[in-house]
Formats: sequence, C-alpha cells, structure tokens
Amino acid sequence: MSQDIVNSTTTTPVAPVVDRPLQAPGTRPQTGYIGKSEPRANAKRLLQGRGSYTDDLRFPRLAQVAYFRSPHAHAKIKKLDLSKARVAPGVIAVVDGYAVRDICSPWMGVLSHLKGIRSPLQFPLAIERARWQGEPVAAVVAETRAQAEDARDLVEAEWEELPVVVDMRDALAGQTVIHEELGDNICFHRELDTGEVDAAFAKADCVVEESYSFGRHTGVCLEPRIILADYNAGEHSLTVHHNTQSPHMMQQLFAKHFDIPEANIQVIAKDVGGGFGIKVHTYPDEMCTVALSIMLRRPVKFVADRMESMVSDIHAREHRVKIRLAADKAGNILAFDLDDLTAIGPYSVYPRTSGIEGNQVVNLTGGPYKHKQYRAKLDAVFTNKNVTCQYRAVGHPIAAAVTEGIVDAAAIKLGIDPAEFRRRNLIRDDAYPYTFPSGIRFEKLSHHKCLDKLLEIMDYPALRAEQAALRKKGIHRGIGLASIIEVTSPSAAFYGVGGAPISAQDGATLRLDVSGMVTVLCGVTEQGQGTDAIFGQIAATAVGVSLDKVRVLTGDTRVTPYGGGTWASRGAGIGGEAVLQSGKALKSNILDVAAAMLNVKKVTLDIIDNTIIDTTTGEKKLPLAEVGRVAYFRPDTLPMNFQSELTVTRHFVPREYAFTFANGVQGSLVEVDPDTGFIKMLKHWCVGDCGTVINPLLVDEQTRGGIVQGIGGAMFEECMYDERGQMLNANLADYLVPMSFEMPDIVTAHIETPTKTSELGAKGAGENGTAGAPAAIMNAINDALLPFNAKVRDMPFTPERVLKALGKV
Amino acid sequence: MDYEIETTMTLNGTQVTRRIAARTHLVDFLREEMGLTGSHAGCEHGVCGACTLRVNGDIVRGCLTLAVACNGKTIDTIEGVSDSGEAAEMQHAFHERNALQCGFCTPGMIMCAIDLVKNKPAAKREEIREYISGNYCRCTGYHAIVDAIEAVLISKQRLGGKS
Repeated sequence: MSQDIVNSTTTTPVAPVVDRPLQAPGTRPQTGYIGKSEPRANAKRLLQGRGSYTDDLRFPRLAQVAYFRSPHAHAKIKKLDLSKARVAPGVIAVVDGYAVRDICSPWMGVLSHLKGIRSPLQFPLAIERARWQGEPVAAVVAETRAQAEDARDLVEAEWEELPVVVDMRDALAGQTVIHEELGDNICFHRELDTGEVDAAFAKADCVVEESYSFGRHTGVCLEPRIILADYNAGEHSLTVHHNTQSPHMMQQLFAKHFDIPEANIQVIAKDVGGGFGIKVHTYPDEMCTVALSIMLRRPVKFVADRMESMVSDIHAREHRVKIRLAADKAGNILAFDLDDLTAIGPYSVYPRTSGIEGNQVVNLTGGPYKHKQYRAKLDAVFTNKNVTCQYRAVGHPIAAAVTEGIVDAAAIKLGIDPAEFRRRNLIRDDAYPYTFPSGIRFEKLSHHKCLDKLLEIMDYPALRAEQAALRKKGIHRGIGLASIIEVTSPSAAFYGVGGAPISAQDGATLRLDVSGMVTVLCGVTEQGQGTDAIFGQIAATAVGVSLDKVRVLTGDTRVTPYGGGTWASRGAGIGGEAVLQSGKALKSNILDVAAAMLNVKKVTLDIIDNTIIDTTTGEKKLPLAEVGRVAYFRPDTLPMNFQSELTVTRHFVPREYAFTFANGVQGSLVEVDPDTGFIKMLKHWCVGDCGTVINPLLVDEQTRGGIVQGIGGAMFEECMYDERGQMLNANLADYLVPMSFEMPDIVTAHIETPTKTSELGAKGAGENGTAGAPAAIMNAINDALLPFNAKVRDMPFTPERVLKALGKV
Repeated sequence: MDYEIETTMTLNGTQVTRRIAARTHLVDFLREEMGLTGSHAGCEHGVCGACTLRVNGDIVRGCLTLAVACNGKTIDTIEGVSDSGEAAEMQHAFHERNALQCGFCTPGMIMCAIDLVKNKPAAKREEIREYISGNYCRCTGYHAIVDAIEAVLISKQRLGGKS
C-alpha cells in the first residue's frame, strides 16, 4: 500500500490532480487515457468502406425474403392466394401466418411492473386480421431479393375493411374497439399523486396551463433493419447475424419462441448502421425470417427497404399533453399537474412494451425543479397505426418540452427572465441525494453549475441585448432555454423486475495476449457511439498499456460475457465500469506473474507504458510481451504450483440507485420570419453533465448528433396518417430528416459530477441532446413570437403552424 | 426473364465486362456482383446519398443509376479512392474529428466531400453545409463533418491552392 503511494516520480500520462473517480483517496493520480479525445480505432475501416455490416456478409445457399404487407390499417383477410407467387421464377417458398405460427410461438408485450398494461398476442405474420398498414401478412422467399419482390407482387389478397381508429382521442373514447377481447382501447393507464396538488393550485398566485402535441416520428437509421438467420438442422442450432443493439436479449427471445436451447443460439452484430433504440425490439418480420430459416433449413436474409422501414420500424412520441403549473408571486414553483395521452399502435411492442415512453413522461416531467406537489395521469391507447416503442431519449423530449414550455409560460406571466426563473427553481446543487415527487431518486446533479456555464458560453446578456436591438429593426430572434434530467445506466428496475429477459448487468473479459497486447470482450454493443473506443481507453488505463496495444470485440453472444447490450445510455456507465474492474484485476494478475518471474514482492512492481517497472526506482524491469511469453510458452520456469491467470472477467450492475441520472441544459437561438413562418436555427448550445467524461470528442459528438435528432422531431419529422390510417409520407423524400444545410453549429461544454456508485464515475451521455433540443427550440420560437402574442405548441413547428399561430393563415 | 446486356466499365481503374440484367442498379451490381460493399443502399430511392459514387468523374446516386447505362464509363467507388490514396487526407480529417459514428453514410459522404474539394476549393462553412445536403447523416448532426471538410480545404489553401 505505502509503496504504491511512494512512487510519484514515474512517468504516467498527463494526470491533473483533481477529485477524479479513478483516484481513490490516498492513491496517486493515474488517469491515463480517461478524459482524452482519442479518435476511434474502429472508425478507420468504416472510412474506407470496409466495414462488416450484415448485408455485406456472403453465405452459400442464402435465400432472401420479401414481405407482403397489409395495405389497410384494419381489415379482415378474407382470402390470401399465394399460388401465383409460388410458381414465380426463383421462388423457394411462400407462407402465410398459419404456417409460421407452428414454428414461432406468439408473444405479448406486457411487463408486470407496469401495473395493468395489456396487449393481445402477436404473431410473426397477421392471422385473420391486419391491424396496421404495413403489418406483414405473407412471406415470399426466393433465390434473390429481386425475385422475392417480383413474386411478392403476385400475392393476391381479398380484404374486408374494418373501422379504423386513427386519432388517439377516438381511441380513448372507445366507440370502435380494436381488440374486442380487451373491451376497450386502453393499453396502459397510470396515475400519480403526491397529494395536496389542488391545495397548491388554490393558494398559488400564478397558475398557467398549456396543451401541447407531438407528432409521431421514427428513427431512420441509415442502415435499415436486417436479419440473416442460419438454422443448422444437424445440431438444432441457430446463428443469427442481426443488426441488433441487444444480442443477448435476442438470443433469449429466439430460444423461447423457437424452442431452441439458448446455448445453441449465436447472435452476431458486427458493424451496425445506427440504432437509436430502433434496433432493440422484436419485429414480426424478423421473427418470421428466423422461422423461415428453420422451415427451409438454409440461411434466409431479410433487409427492410426504406419504404417498409417507414411503416414497420417502431414509431414514437405521438402525445397530447395538458399541463398546469402553480407558482407563488416570488416565483417559486409549487406544483405541476400533467395529463398525457399517447397512441401506441395496435400492439404493445415486445419485450420492452409500449408503456415505457408514457411512463417516462410521468416520471420525468418537472424533473429538474424543487416543487413538492405533483399529479400526473397517463393513458396509452391502441390505434390502427404502426406500433410505437422506445426511441432515443424515450419520453424525455415530451417531458422536457412540456416542463420547459410551462416553466417559460410561468416566467413570462410573473415577469421574470426565464434564466432567473430557472435559477430560483432548479434543485440546488448541494441538495443531493434528492427524492423527486414522482419517487425517483437523484444521486447528484448539477443544474445550477450547468445553467451558469450555459449562460456564460451563450453570453446570454449580450444575446438578449442583440435581440432587443434587432426587434426594433423588424428582425425577430428568440432565445430558448431547457434544463433536463436524463435516465442513464439503469438497474434491473427498468425491465428485469417486470419480467423482461434483458440483462441489467454487463461483463467484460480482458486477456493479456502473448505479445503483451490486451484483448477486451464486452457485452455492450457498438452502433457508432464509440463504446469500443472508450472500452479501449479504459482498459489501457487500467492495465497500464498504450492504446495501440488494445483490441476490443463486442457484438457476439458466443464470445462476449453476458450483457444487456446498448440502450438507455448504459454503455459507458455499466460496460465501462466492468472493463475498468476487469482491467484492474488483469493488472494484478500480470503483476503476480512478473513478481514470480523476478522473484520480488508484487507491491514493488507496477505497469507503465507496456512495461513492468520497479515502483521505488522507476527502473524498467520487463516488457509485457516477456510476461506473456513466459506465462504461456515457458511456465516451466515459474515456481512450482504457480498458475498464471491472464484472462479475467468482471461484471457490474448499478445497485444503489434505480437509475444513474445525468443532467444538462440547452440554449437555442432562432430567427423567425413572421411573413413566411420560416425558422432559421442560428446556433445551439449544450452543457451536459455525464459524470466522468471518458472521451470528450465522443461525448461532444453524441451530444451534437442527439441535438440534431431532437431538432428533427421539433422542426421537420412527422409520420403523417390520413383518416383511413394510411401513412402519407412513408419515404425519405416526404419524411423530412434534418440535412446539413438547415442545421446550426452546436457549442458544447461539460460539467463533471462523477457518480459515486462506480469507480469510473461515468454516467450516460447518449440522450441528453435529444431530450432537451425540442424544448429549447420551442421556447426560442415562442420567445421570438412574444411581441406578436403568438405561440406554437404542436411539433413539428412547420412554417404553416407558425403562420397559423400568427393568425396569418 | 431478366433481359441482360453485356456491359464494360472501368471499375476503380480495372476494365470489367459482365452480362448485367437491364434493371440492375449500379449499387446493387457493385455490391452483389463485384463484392464492392463499401457503397451502401440506405434508401434505394435517391434521397439519402449513402450510395454516392463517381461515374466519369462526377458523383451520382448508385441506387438511381442503371449499371448497364455505365457501359464504356469509368466508375470509382470508396474502395478505389481509398486504395489510390485520393481520399486519404479527407479520411484522416474525418477520423481525427470523429466526423462519423455508425459509418453507414460515410463512404457516400467521403465521395461527396472529395468532390467538393475538387469543385469548390474555397467553400466556406455555409457552402460546405449546402454541398453535402444530399447526403444524410443520422448520427453526427453534421457539425463534425463540416469541420473535417473545412479543415481539409484550409490545409489545401495553405499549400497554395495546389491539389
């Protein structure tokens, strides 16, 4: 112990002496690569077009499947004639729902901790009835994708159209019921009440009320969903190449629904072209593809084309929210009162359910503030549109927009500047641990530090002065602020407690190879966030090797430790901690071998820069490659009874708190043209606190990318449906994804409040941007419209809606 | 059923001749027939730009171009401009700046970016943003991509405009 402290003269990578989590009290600082903007090693192959996305793989006897989908939002299948398709060139098989039902058991998207949530059984292909436009009805397998698509066009169906429920208010009213067996259209209902809410509103000096609506949108991963299932009848085994975010979850689901032993199933996710929560669900067409491989005893591939992605990838965020806020005249928020209605499509998605998004809105609304009274009501209802489920920042953009919108409304009514109003009401930075009225607990957040930093980097007073000056010239700029909380690194409280087969824990295996290099295997997966890169940085730091000596492998159930994969910003906080602990254990084991080789006490040795050194003199004793050589090739030279253990595995799951909350604040500057309704986003700022920043470069780009996805939802994106439940813009030309020209430059900064629940101290950073951007943009637009006494409340904020707010159309 | 046409093209500097079904798009031909999987099919209707590649020196959508229409033409893909070193500086700038995340748009984005360097060597940020607007990126928010391209342009300008 003391020898560890003595050595302060050895050369470690730059290490600022601050209260960093890698530095337990009394030990010397060794931050290594933690906090360094290292470019991602795995990005180089992608830059040359030499990635291994699932569609890049080649297999003998590969068959391809195309799906015949329901053209109607709600219709009875009177007749399905597959005969012409079956004899088309190249066709191998054409099947309907009855055939697949025998291979794949149905599922139900409910979880026990969402009390009362209901959903009917769902099958891979619709049986008897289709309940949304785009629901798969028949599968056509052929030698090539083109042949499968040709033959699909020969499938003939006769339909009896049934009444459709498109509007969520009609669904709630329940005049037409989509699933007769359920009696009404309510999937999930929740109420929360701290008590004393009515009393708080009765004594309030200021009460404000607003109604907001949010358009449905979808993830649009540039790489569409893809699955390649390869069933081996010889050993009753299944290999699935799948661009999933959660390989072990899929392994469980395949085992359960295809009755194959879990150990016989390998799920591999190599390079994945974006996830954002889209690729973490059970899709009927994907389950059907696995069934087809089993039926046909050969590999079968399904690639969603973009048009079918638009009607089959999960949608999200369709909400109508009424919110009230009570405050006293000193500007203290007393209470929030929330009523959220959301439409989830005809099924709750399995296994995470479609109740979580609304549940999050209830949990998170009002989240940054110190009021004591809170009441919320949620109804998630079935409709005949595509299903909705968890998409990046699940529920956060809704909760943040309604919270920050009503907070601004109160500030304006009270005549207090929005920044000052937030200062008065944000939970104090020294008030933690803190239990929020919805019952969630915050370990430690930094709302005030973040707000101060944001106002500084925005130069808020100067912006306000410029805004006032420009208004006199007829230029209408608006400044919007939004403070947010972000759920990251969840414990089993998110899914496991409700019965979902989803690991909250993750593991990391680290191995010293013969050459002195370190191989890292982790259950967390990579969709471009940079998880592989940060695991490399953490491993290099923990073991004492240079970054070029580390290789990281993720996304393969057969070789990585068991884990949950990537969702809810859990990669750094959970996977990262597992890598750190595994790295420390590996280092200790390496030093055991070195001590045996050198016949010295272990405490006299350390590993710096790929070399065993003497901690007292700093003298280089052995290169790590020599440790590897002796441990593996010449163990005969080591003491009798000594065994080298140069592969170690450690796991981590957060235990103390249900969620590791992160926080942040965003600022938006927009210019509104009151004649055309066009909005120009001029600049955007974000200060985030994700605890220990492992790689600032990667965190910044997570933030920026997340913000632009949030901007997409606020400004452009909407899955538009007509009254018959037909999606009107199910292609990329009509569904507007943010393009570079419209996007602002985005300034980022960080406050670091490491979580004490792990040694690494990292919280998640993946959803902060998406969570807060719509709120900040909305407040900026409404700030610009203030002189006109106009307000927008319905996302996306199209020019038409701006002009409507202005009373011009 | 598929009507095939003998087609000869110079693909990444090498002449190839194949019988190609008339309806096959260039990106599908390259991916399926030639094993050049660097060009990606993101939307297959000409919007996202992930399949951007070069025909006779100009960037086109591989998903809107028929392969048989490339008879006698020169095709360059991300693999070609990587091996020749033509894209090396841009790729390095993207890497340093983390101007890619999932990497699916990246080959198309690189093809577009080196086309910009050729055609608009003095482009400012707004012009860069406009030039790459035909290439969707869902991960980065574009800021880092604009930074990377801008860095290459500035570096080339420092060298006296020589390319």
